[in-house]
Order: sequence, then C-alpha cells, then structure tokens
Amino acid sequence: MIAHLNWPATAVFIGFFLLVSLLGFAAAHWKRGDLADLHEWGLGGRRFGPWVSWFLIGGDLYTAYTVIAVPSVVYAIGAYGFFALPYTILIYPLLYAAFPRLWAVAQRKNYLTAADYVLGRYGNKWLELAVAFTGVLATTPYIALQLVGMEKVIEALGFEGQGLASHLPLSIAFLILALYTSRSGLRAPAMIAFVKDTMIYIFVIAVIVIVPMKLGGYGAIFDAAGADFDKKVAASGGKLAAGLLLAPEQIMPFITLAIGSTFALLMYPHSMTAILSVRNGNTIRINAIALPAYSVMLGLIALMGYMAHAAGVHVTDPQDAVPHLILTIFPDWFVGFCFAAIAIGALVPAAIMSIGAANTFTRNIFKPFVNPGINPREETWLAKLMSLIIQVGALIFVLRASTRFALDLQLLGGIWMAQVFPAVVFGLFTRWFSGWALFAGWATGMGLGTWLAWTPNAWVPVHAVFGANFAVYNGVTAIVANILVASLLSAALPNRARDETRTEDYVDIPAGQPAA
Amino acid sequence: MKYLVLMLPALVSLCVPFYNVIEPRLFGFPFFYWLLLLLIPISSLLTFLVYKGEKR
Repeated sequence: MIAHLNWPATAVFIGFFLLVSLLGFAAAHWKRGDLADLHEWGLGGRRFGPWVSWFLIGGDLYTAYTVIAVPSVVYAIGAYGFFALPYTILIYPLLYAAFPRLWAVAQRKNYLTAADYVLGRYGNKWLELAVAFTGVLATTPYIALQLVGMEKVIEALGFEGQGLASHLPLSIAFLILALYTSRSGLRAPAMIAFVKDTMIYIFVIAVIVIVPMKLGGYGAIFDAAGADFDKKVAASGGKLAAGLLLAPEQIMPFITLAIGSTFALLMYPHSMTAILSVRNGNTIRINAIALPAYSVMLGLIALMGYMAHAAGVHVTDPQDAVPHLILTIFPDWFVGFCFAAIAIGALVPAAIMSIGAANTFTRNIFKPFVNPGINPREETWLAKLMSLIIQVGALIFVLRASTRFALDLQLLGGIWMAQVFPAVVFGLFTRWFSGWALFAGWATGMGLGTWLAWTPNAWVPVHAVFGANFAVYNGVTAIVANILVASLLSAALPNRARDETRTEDYVDIPAGQPAA
Repeated sequence: MKYLVLMLPALVSLCVPFYNVIEPRLFGFPFFYWLLLLLIPISSLLTFLVYKGEKR
C-alpha cells in the first residue's frame, strides 16, 4: 500500500494538509458572528472585503478539477482546451454589470440564494424550486469531481491499494473537510483560500519559469507538442482533430462552449454564495477587475499540457499529465508542495459548493415544500446537517460510481445550470418576463439540452444545430430555445404576480459615498 | 457605450478565425496563445477605466 510512497513529498503534503485543517476549525472564531444564524454560517455575515473576496471567489471558481482537467484536454487535443480563456474573459463583464445589482437586492431583502431572489421577484414558488433543484443537481457531481482531482495527486504520491482501502486517504481528508465546514461555515473556505491560492500561484510561477529553462524555451515547448499532435493525427488517419491551432470543425464548438459556460458558471450555488458574501457592491466591481489574474494563471496551467509533451511525459489517462509533469521536473519536497496545492485547491470549492447547495436545499426546497413552519435556528441546523450529507454523499458517489458517470453529470450540469440564467439575470434589469413563462423556458431548455446531449454510446457536449453543417454547444442551443419560449409566453401572458422588490432595491450605495 | 467597452475584449476573443494562426510569434508563443493571454489584462484594464469613470 505504501511501499512505493514518495516519503519527502508525502511528508510535505501531509504537513500542509494538517495546517489547513487546523485553520478550517479555527475559522469559526474569525470575524466573530453567531454561527446559529444562517446568514452568518452560510454567507460569513456578508462582511468580506475586496482582499478576502479575491482569494475566496478565485479559490472557488478556479477549482482543483480545473487545474487537472483543462491541461488534460490540452495534453490530449491541444488548442481546443483553451476555450477556457475566452470563457473567463466573458465572465467578468457579466460579473461587473449584473452582480452588484443582485448583491444589493439580496442584502436589502436578506436573500441567501439565487432561488430566494427569484421567489421575491416573481412570486412563483415553482420557479424558485426549478432554480434550486437545478443548483443542487448540478453541484453534487461537481463536488465529486473535486475528489477525483484530489485522488489523482494522492495516487501520484505513490499510494497504492486494493478496493476500498485505495480510497482511504481521500476518505479521511474529506471527512475532516465535512466536519469543519459544518462547524465554521463559509469562514472555513475563506480562510483556507489564502493558503490555497498563495500555494497555487507559487506552484504556477515555479513551473512557468523553470520548465522552459529545462526544455529550451517556450518556442521549443510548442514545437515539441505540435510535432506530437501531427504524429497522433497522422496515426489516426486524419480522424482525430488535435493540434496547436483549432481545426475548422472545432471553431464553432470552441466559441459556443465559451459562451455557454459563461451563462452557467455564475449561476452555480457556490458562485452565488461566494459573491453574495461580500461587504458591498464595489467589492464585486473591484473583483471583476482583479479576478482576471486567476485567468492568466489558468492559461499558464493549460500550457502545462504542452510542457508535458515537451518533457516526454507519456500517460494513457490525460488527467495524469500534470501530476506526472511535476514528478518529472521537480525535487521531491517541491512535488509535495505542488500536490498539496492541488489537493487543498479541491477543499475550498468543495466546502463552498456544499454550503451553497445546503443553503439552497434548506431554504428553497425543504422550507416551502416540506415544512414551512421551520424557524431560523432550525433552518441553520438543517443546512449544517445537509452540508455534511452532501459531502459524504459526494464521497460515496466517487467510491461507488465510476468517474465516467461523474464526468457525464458534470457535462450535463453545465448545460442545466445555464437554463436558470434567464430567470436570475434578466430579472435584475427588467420585470417584463413572467414567472410561469420563465418556468416554461427553463423546462424547455432542460429537456432540449439533455436530449441533444444523449447519444446511444455516450453523452456529448456538442450537436449539429438543425440543418446547419457545424456543431454548437448544447447549453447554447438550449438557452436560445429557453429564451424564445420565455419571451413568447411573457408576451402572451403578462406578469401579474406579486413582486416584493422595487427599482431602488437594485442600486447599491453609489460609488464614492460612505456606506450608510 | 459603457457595456460595449466592457465587452470589447470578450468580442475579440470570440472572433476565433482571426487569431487561429501561428505567426506572428511572441517569446515563442504562437499568436493564438499570446493574443488570448494578452486580452485578459486588457479586459481588466478597460473594466478599471469604466469603474473610475462611474466613480467620478
């Protein structure tokens, strides 16, 4: 089990893991608040300023899974994996324009989740349920994938095992995470994010400086990867689309994957939780300016897929490319540091995801549909319990179901999550849409997106649009249908349901004036 | 206008056929890669200018 363990790397790895576990428990005392209050436990009391939020939101959106998955696509097929860059360039104008408005109305009305807001705006609890259900459904496999990211580095440390014992380190790590999340709430990932992000930046800077020095510069890295792709494409008889540039048939999928993912990302409960936990609207605006630093980092991490080619790393599972690149180029102690950075990188988003999903389940599914009489203390207690259940559930999911299944669900999750975009974001700017019309649009998008993704052999992300000769990301096709249905029905059935928000609720304190 | 400035780098990043080429290279990076990496700080800078403009 531990005969081939890399001891120096493992010692550094365990040391950092213990450090963040202590921080996770200690975080309960940071910026003291009553943790029996859901708004304190689940949103850190809405008092995180620009610095804390930069670490927290960055640590939340750029997950361990991203650090493994994006370079693995780049390693396998090249340029296509870089869709992550236009995607992250599209995200921040949206964050800047829409989210200070959502924050303002959420703060005035004490909304904790996107579904809370949708209920307040449209007075339709079925639309609230649709938004909440989509969030919980899409988040659970995403947590499971964080575990997959962690397990990749634990394997690369040299840990071996049979059956359930092979998952022992992962299970211990995740149970500790589940315990301090339910104790400290959002404060735990906020505090750990400082350590995680600092470590990831050190890891990335070390890679981008040292690897080109060892391999003869970036030109040589690109050339080596390009030559490998040419060989692979030739070996496949021209069927495989891979290379340093996009093949013509990859261009539309590349563009639409970037657009569709943009609709989805900020709708996830974990994104909402991190964004709504800030102190004021300007904290969001400043972060729309400062968070792109993480996108540059993601671009550099993506390049590791090419570095692995140049360093002669050959793995059958592309997801092993980054761990093996690190093993090839760094001394053991720094391998431990890098792997710890990736593993801790899984803890922050996993904690926030479980908090976001737990808040959503408690407030928007349990309360309206099971027990409307629940009091605020019981609500917090239930959310804490749910965060435990969701994390343990994700762990069991990874131990019992195949990784393939988690990946498929994650792919579908992106398509599904984009379908709540009209209900959440359009409402911030106009009340023209009606709740039932948005609900019908959501149902159309969910159905169409899932149907397009299904093929007899596998779930696929892109599909030729009716009659066209190019493929489009299913999330985009589905959201177009969603918006069409919502618009037509809103025109036919004007909105008469109660709206508890007013125009002035959407304006945060004007910039430059002192907070009231 | 304000939103157009915010969106400009994002719109450029969607004009894929325009930058789906190797040359000109910069520090060994093909055009495809260095353009995308450069658009990120440009986007950040434009957002900063819009923010300053709103504050005044």
